[in-house]
Amino acid sequence: MKQEIIIAGFGGQGVLSMGKILAYSGLMEDKEVSWMPSYGPEQRGGTANVTVILSDERISSPVLNEYDVVIVLNQPSMDKFESKVKPGGILIYDSYGIHHPSERKDINIYKIDAMDAATEMQNSKAFNMIVLGGLLKLDPIVQYDNVIKGLKKSLPERHHKLIPMNELAIKKGMEIITKVN
Amino acid sequence: MAKEVKLMKGNEAIAHAAIRYGCDGYFGYPITPQSEIMETLMEESPWETTGMVVLQAESEVAAINMVYGGAGCGKAVMTSSSSPGVSLKQEGISYMAGAELPGLIVNVMRGGPGLGTIQPSQADYFQTTKGGGHGDYRLITLAPASVQEMADFVKLGFDLSFKYCNPAIILADGIIGQMMEKVVLPDFQPRRTEEEIRKQCPWAALGKPSERKRNVITSLELDSAEMEKNNIRFQKKYKQIEENEVRYEEINCEDADYLIVAFGSSARICQKTIEIAAGEGVKIGLLRPITLWPFPSKPIKALSEKVKGILCMELNAGQMIEDVKLAVECKIAVEHYGRLGGIVPDPAEVWDAMKNKLNISAGKESTGLNGNLNTLSSEQINDAVSNLNTMVP
Repeated sequence: MKQEIIIAGFGGQGVLSMGKILAYSGLMEDKEVSWMPSYGPEQRGGTANVTVILSDERISSPVLNEYDVVIVLNQPSMDKFESKVKPGGILIYDSYGIHHPSERKDINIYKIDAMDAATEMQNSKAFNMIVLGGLLKLDPIVQYDNVIKGLKKSLPERHHKLIPMNELAIKKGMEIITKVN
Repeated sequence: MAKEVKLMKGNEAIAHAAIRYGCDGYFGYPITPQSEIMETLMEESPWETTGMVVLQAESEVAAINMVYGGAGCGKAVMTSSSSPGVSLKQEGISYMAGAELPGLIVNVMRGGPGLGTIQPSQADYFQTTKGGGHGDYRLITLAPASVQEMADFVKLGFDLSFKYCNPAIILADGIIGQMMEKVVLPDFQPRRTEEEIRKQCPWAALGKPSERKRNVITSLELDSAEMEKNNIRFQKKYKQIEENEVRYEEINCEDADYLIVAFGSSARICQKTIEIAAGEGVKIGLLRPITLWPFPSKPIKALSEKVKGILCMELNAGQMIEDVKLAVECKIAVEHYGRLGGIVPDPAEVWDAMKNKLNISAGKESTGLNGNLNTLSSEQINDAVSNLNTMVP
């Protein structure tokens, strides 16, 4: 069993930390894990992406040409990675900021209005966890309990008080993700 | 007891491994993509536990000369930087080689020349394995391909550098430095005591007792007859290293029809290329040099007698390929594929290039020029021509 995932969006959306939580969750399940960031000058506003691979076997390349799951959180990322979803794979996008959704027929496309939901929760920082929740609903790559353990591992202890809020956000994401095609 | 598996970046693994090795001192100057090495050391503050010194020097030049000074006292000391910073260190590295001092240097390469980009590259192969600094010297060069090897090669690098009284370098790139993977860190070993250093490094400048001559640490010898003797001694040592310290990994090499030679992150990418090729019915083996110097010429030569062609995949314009061609004595086709300036090719791209360059017909579409030109679209021809152009450095 191997899952090859890319998460792409603007710097500041929590793309890298979302990948990190996935990676730590994989670690909790004794999977092989690789987390490969684009580490350019991607401060708030630039584009950022991270490739996460979770596998039962040794991982060869951390750099990939196609993915099982592609999560895009802005239009430039949609343009860049839409074609790289494996046939039969999953494409997830937040409709906020996406003007040209994918028209591919050979993949499963889902929409998650995480930006709106985060605003509703009055917590813009919950955004990436809502998206993660959506992913976990579709593709239980890792068990929910292990995601919470992964969260604890990847967050410094002084931020552990934020974990209940993150749990809420993940659950919210599981509720609001909808199939488009 | 089972060892704890951690998830961390390659750069962080180097820092933790240095503390656990019993390293006496780290001297560095920040530069992307390796800044996490010093950041992690500062965070771990080993000066409070093992007594290891961690110092941000005023420049890369200062840092390598602090390494020179520490090494002259027999201490296990290290520095790290990325390409432009490592260029600044070359004088110090040459001096260390000339004074026969141990020490560990880490280069997490980025795209060049000049300040270049901060993205991954392997364009410092020539600099590292062929000199970089002046004079007839060699640098023991380890090329990690995983976060685990980043951790393991700290000990290996220090051990080899003390064994041969010669500096060693870990040559990684932005991918290996920045990505997170699982790692089991080495066990803690204590820093050596002054007694142990005096015993193991009788050449160290630790104060002259009355019963022996003064130890002088220098690369200067104005008498050329003496300097030639020194050089002959160095060369003997290098020969010994070439005979004893070659390290490499072979993947799927038995009954392979073609061979890829690649190191570091390129070797990881090519492992996936091999999987893709296998899916199209072509058997490819991968030889991954772990020591870039000494270079695994013999195993490459041996494999070259069994395969139809060799591809060198490097994140540069074709550097290691020269050593591969020398190894196979140009008796077999050796082609290069690489991307430059911080661009990283994906595994499928490497496979397409390999099919083109070595005339391998397989799988779905072959875009190679080996087919009938009339059946190729103008786009395919343009692609192929631009591929040919990329072969010219």
